[in-house]
Amino acid sequence: MTNGSLLDSLRGIVGSEHLVTHERQLATYASDGLLQYAAHPVAVVLPGSAEEVAAVVRACHEAEVPWVARGAGSGLSGGALPVEEGVLIALSRLRRILEIDVENGRVLVEPGVTNIAVSQAVAPTHFFPPDPSSQIVCTIGGNVAENSGGAHCFKYGFTTNYVSGLEVVLPDGLVVHLGGAELDHPGYDLVGAFVGSEGTLGIATKIWLRVIPKPEAWRTLVAFFGSTVQAGEVVSRIVAEGIVPGAIEMMDNLSIRAAEGATNAGYPQDAGAALVVELDGSEAECEARFEQVKELCGEADSVRVAQDEAERDLIWRARKAAFAAMGRIAPNYYVQDSVIPRTRLAEVLGQIEELAADHDLQVANVFHAGDGNLHPLVCYDGSKPGEAERAEELAGLIVKACVDAGGSITGEHGVGVDKKRYMPAMFDEPDLATFQRLRCAFDPDGRANPGKVMPTPRLCGEVPGPYRRHPLEQAGLAERF
Amino acid sequence: MPVATQAPATLEELAAALASAAEAGTPVRFRGAGTKQGWPPAAPEDAVEISTAGLTRIVEHNAGDLTAVLEAGVPLAEAQALFAKEGQRLALDPPLGAPGGEEAGATIGGVVATGDTGPLRGRYGGPRDLVVGIRVALSDGTLAKSGGKVIKNVAGYDIAKLFGGSFGTLGAIVEVSVRLHPVAPDTATAVGEATSPDELARGALAIGRSPLEHHGIDIAWHGGRGRVLARFAGAVPRPQAEAAEKLLRAEGLATEIVDEDEPLWDEQRAAQRGPLVVKVSGLPARIPELARAADETGGSVVGRAALGLSWVRFEEPSAEAVKRLRREFVVAVQDRPADLDVDPVGPLEPGVRELMRRVKERFDPAGVCV
Repeated sequence: MTNGSLLDSLRGIVGSEHLVTHERQLATYASDGLLQYAAHPVAVVLPGSAEEVAAVVRACHEAEVPWVARGAGSGLSGGALPVEEGVLIALSRLRRILEIDVENGRVLVEPGVTNIAVSQAVAPTHFFPPDPSSQIVCTIGGNVAENSGGAHCFKYGFTTNYVSGLEVVLPDGLVVHLGGAELDHPGYDLVGAFVGSEGTLGIATKIWLRVIPKPEAWRTLVAFFGSTVQAGEVVSRIVAEGIVPGAIEMMDNLSIRAAEGATNAGYPQDAGAALVVELDGSEAECEARFEQVKELCGEADSVRVAQDEAERDLIWRARKAAFAAMGRIAPNYYVQDSVIPRTRLAEVLGQIEELAADHDLQVANVFHAGDGNLHPLVCYDGSKPGEAERAEELAGLIVKACVDAGGSITGEHGVGVDKKRYMPAMFDEPDLATFQRLRCAFDPDGRANPGKVMPTPRLCGEVPGPYRRHPLEQAGLAERF
Repeated sequence: MPVATQAPATLEELAAALASAAEAGTPVRFRGAGTKQGWPPAAPEDAVEISTAGLTRIVEHNAGDLTAVLEAGVPLAEAQALFAKEGQRLALDPPLGAPGGEEAGATIGGVVATGDTGPLRGRYGGPRDLVVGIRVALSDGTLAKSGGKVIKNVAGYDIAKLFGGSFGTLGAIVEVSVRLHPVAPDTATAVGEATSPDELARGALAIGRSPLEHHGIDIAWHGGRGRVLARFAGAVPRPQAEAAEKLLRAEGLATEIVDEDEPLWDEQRAAQRGPLVVKVSGLPARIPELARAADETGGSVVGRAALGLSWVRFEEPSAEAVKRLRREFVVAVQDRPADLDVDPVGPLEPGVRELMRRVKERFDPAGVCV
């Protein structure tokens, strides 16, 4: 099939008003939140229903054309970067909340529903715990693809812990229902395998989410320390006490200065580190544990306790503005998402500082301190020759330092196109080949979001060797799975 | 019964043993402590058994990071004893022994492979939520890992979830990395006695939708009566238990608070095993229907009310009872007599069955992992 006839079929499925082929309009979709990468697809198609998504995927399958699914395009790993010879399937029209069942703690949504809309739909009694910083715009479909986290995941977990069922369009257009409203459907945990697969196994068109009651109380403070090492020690002591804060976030001096400039949240510009600690839960438990936290912050230069909702918002505003505020430090920045075992914090931050000095660049650090998820922001000026390249090299060395410390190349942003080159630092060839087995079971032709996650292109080929059904299995006696 | 048992001493040896069985076309059944061997269909007569009894190393316990790396054959109880020295635990508390068995040695590999969970599931999730990395052996001799040792990590596919609950049909789980949690200093349980299925459900749901931060809401039901257990843990659990008690009382349940509550929860856990036990994937609001169905069929129920997961136990196994429950619920059969004619998994959507077949074919092309 030629592109022309594929476009005709797509137009037939969604109507010409939902098929974008004009070069200028295509530019809107050329990048996701990671602007370093851009590509124009052949077309952008905006299906309006799960059935239309399945028909679009089937048409691509028949035409042997690759495709990429896109939610809000707020991802930070280039996961929704289009492929030039393919189709971009934008899911922004699938934004219905189909069922709200607070009594059972379940919500059924389409993939284009925003993260915040789920919490809003079950407010004021319940909420959806994963809360990526982009939660106002990012979509549940994207959260499922990336297994998104957020500031509260040290206590509450990630997207994968809150998805019980999925309707999925497989790359050959087949529609399957994995799991459901109920937990633990018999059979392989294909829901668990799908969440976090970065759009390479299919498109989720309906998603069952678990929501939980909002905690009764919260207590928030921000403590300022002379250095990140000092603040890191306090984090360790809090955790060692058996306290599990709802959120525990750290910023270094550079990010404090940037964020304060942007928000006037009242963070002292000369502080070496800011530590935001938020406890939530029952009133009595919060009170008891908060006293302990305040004591553990005894060595801080100063501590600010939020007395009301407004002060809490102010404390959080600085933290949440940190990325956006980096423009005050440098025209460009390159954000990393590495994870380290928390106990290695001081050591790895020291290494980052040295590496930054070697490269004559500034690195700001903002991180989820409870789970060791660093967001080093490598600042640079793209207009100065060679500086972007130097920044990229530095970012790579930071990732390597984190992996060497026993960590991960990505905690919540995903591998996408941006970090796939680092995959071999974490995974050996047999590991990657095993990933590919899963990929091939879902997408033997490699048409779903090709070129992402895996460091080098791979083909599936036929199943190696004849698959022999055991006689018992043939007789239907041993077909457990 | 399998013809022979091998117990390789290292991960590499296990992978090699699996590969050579596959080359010979011999079916393989994996074994941990053997406490749940009756859950999958019986292994074929000519199968060999590969045991994880030689893989018992606790590779790492990183107390400061609240993580650990365990070989698959480590008995869960042994790992817990070690973690307890640091005031920590792996928040998995499934029954550790087979019904009537003397050995209570369930291994971490077996618990993950069967996806088995206990009362702590309500608060901490199950193996799928606590395993952060895995190492598996495949039938072509591949030894591969996914995930890592940190609690937050989205690099690569989540092979651990795929293997969790797969009953060894994709390959062998040989090592897992897990997230640990601190053990709370104190606990208290509010108990409410219910005399009707509706009362039982009202009590459980009232606590479930409240902002109380429970450590698990369980139900138990048998022969027309039952109870709701709501556990709280922390520095000061008592006020929450009292608040829960108030909610139960408002729904008409007779209540008390139990401070020394461990035996209550041991009982819940123990009731998940028996001559015939089916696991029901339901929803919290369907508790009354389930309690009535159990009464009709002579079963007794324990369950995680806030999650909608329950176990129905029958002292006198009957395929009819399973069929009856399957009319209304998603049901997996766990403990059962070998000669009971039931499908452990139950009906699956054809597309899902096909996708599972494709997954099985890719991971175990020799088709020997049974």
